[in-house]
Amino acid sequence: MIFDVEHETMPREELEALQLRRLQSVVARVYENVPFYRKKLDERGVKPEHIQKLSDVTLLPFTEKQDLRNHYPFGLFAVSRENIVRIHSSSGTTGKATVVGYTRRDIKNWGSMIARCLAAAGATSGDFVHNAYGYGLFTGGLGIHNGAEELGATVIPISGGGTRRQAMLLRDFGATVLTCTPSYALHLYEAAKEMGIDIKDLPLRIGIFGAEPWTDSMRNEIENKLGITAIDIYGLSEIMGPGVAIECAKVKKGLHIQEDHFLAEIIDPDTGEQLPHGEKGELVFTTITKEGIPLLRYRTRDISRLNTAPCRCGRTTARMERVTGRSDDMLIIRGVNVFPSQIETILLETDGLTPHYQLIIGRTNNLDTLEIRVEIDEAVFSDQIKNLQRLETKIEKNIKEFLGVTAKCKLVEPKSIERSEGKAKRIVDMRNSQA
Amino acid sequence: MKVDQLSIFLENRAGRLAEVTRILAESGVNIRALSLADTSDFGILRLIVSDFEKAKDNLKAGGFTVGRTTVVAVEVQDQPGGLNNILEMLRDAKINVEYMYAFVNQSGEHAIIIFRFDRTDQAIELLQKNNIAIVPGEKLYKM
Repeated sequence: MIFDVEHETMPREELEALQLRRLQSVVARVYENVPFYRKKLDERGVKPEHIQKLSDVTLLPFTEKQDLRNHYPFGLFAVSRENIVRIHSSSGTTGKATVVGYTRRDIKNWGSMIARCLAAAGATSGDFVHNAYGYGLFTGGLGIHNGAEELGATVIPISGGGTRRQAMLLRDFGATVLTCTPSYALHLYEAAKEMGIDIKDLPLRIGIFGAEPWTDSMRNEIENKLGITAIDIYGLSEIMGPGVAIECAKVKKGLHIQEDHFLAEIIDPDTGEQLPHGEKGELVFTTITKEGIPLLRYRTRDISRLNTAPCRCGRTTARMERVTGRSDDMLIIRGVNVFPSQIETILLETDGLTPHYQLIIGRTNNLDTLEIRVEIDEAVFSDQIKNLQRLETKIEKNIKEFLGVTAKCKLVEPKSIERSEGKAKRIVDMRNSQA
Repeated sequence: MKVDQLSIFLENRAGRLAEVTRILAESGVNIRALSLADTSDFGILRLIVSDFEKAKDNLKAGGFTVGRTTVVAVEVQDQPGGLNNILEMLRDAKINVEYMYAFVNQSGEHAIIIFRFDRTDQAIELLQKNNIAIVPGEKLYKM
């Protein structure tokens, strides 16, 4: 089903004309209201009226995640705080978090975009959505929630965690749509099985999974085990949250971008040059309707490609290829974005530990695991076991508190972390080498 | 009255302990007493050695994290109740023993117990007041 026939199936010339009008409007708004953008545009000698055609988007400056951090918390907002109705934020140490704000209209638009996504995945107002994305500052839970209500479906805000209880309610309530990370879907399946519940026998028929990269073989595994159709959803909090793009259940080849709200480009991550459609590169979005915190040419660091060929589902919107990698060192652990530099900061702030550490990411029972190996030095060494264990616990607690991920800390001997050309190997990701 | 104890951080994997003893052997340092505390991931090796500074320098040069801890060596009669007498004394003074380990002297008459107290100075004062024989570091290193 197509939820918004007008916008999702608009002829491309019409869609592009709409995008241009909205692009002109957003550039004018940020030039007027966001000092950061006014300065950047002035530096380039670009005025809002210079945007005459869609390709003029390349006149605009890029926005980086660091720009949001530098203007923490509300420095890039384009409206006064009174007009913001909700705040979301990514994990991060104080001053390093990226904070986004939504106006009433932003929330409404987001809701209708999620409703489109649910419909594209095959859900209707008669469905029952078991929403296991985390509720709170993370955009996943509340984002899906609003959209499910907008569609008119029944939504159970179960949030993350409490897996045995989730399995029980999935059976007792008979939900038909599951929304969570793909790895959690498999974890839930195993946990349910141990309780004697086979999800395949339940009414569940659709899964909408995102917030972490996954492969087609993982899709096959989920579809076979759970007996459902598994759909990929894409989003990021800086741009909006989940629902920036969605696969259609009919074709399942690429994710339809909500192009009436976001202008997508692919660039060469090294040179910043825009690449023609069909070429692989870094995804860049300009939010063309957002009021709270509109962003020009936001660099997602996600590697993908765009396809504007018409889709058999009837939608005319461009499709982005499933994200195949990153152009930076960001890790996604249980759906949470983690930068090694954040962990480094936490270590330094915890009793002045040396920045000699290594992150080992694995997967146990379909859930990501994070082990942090930290080289011990004389400043924190003690002759007593309890002091060293207290240090490990303190690091684990700080990581959990600031980044929202559970980690296991392990103290190791100095110089024991593998170094190549004098540089420590910071990250060992074993998730892809494991079954 | 105090004794310098060397503490060494060890990862719990094969060969690490042997690496410590190899360095000490090559340095000509003798081990007087030792204890190893361990968890599933790491251990702390505690040593009383014949030459603290030399052992420390060579282990550090060998890449180990080492620390210096002040402990107290006490001579205990090698007979029933010998240790109990001392521990009751410490309990009454509310001095906590963080850890301890023992070895028997060559003469065979005394056991020597190495104590790590939470309040070292008060412990020494208490033991001396009660005429408990404390082995000074200088004597212990040469034993």
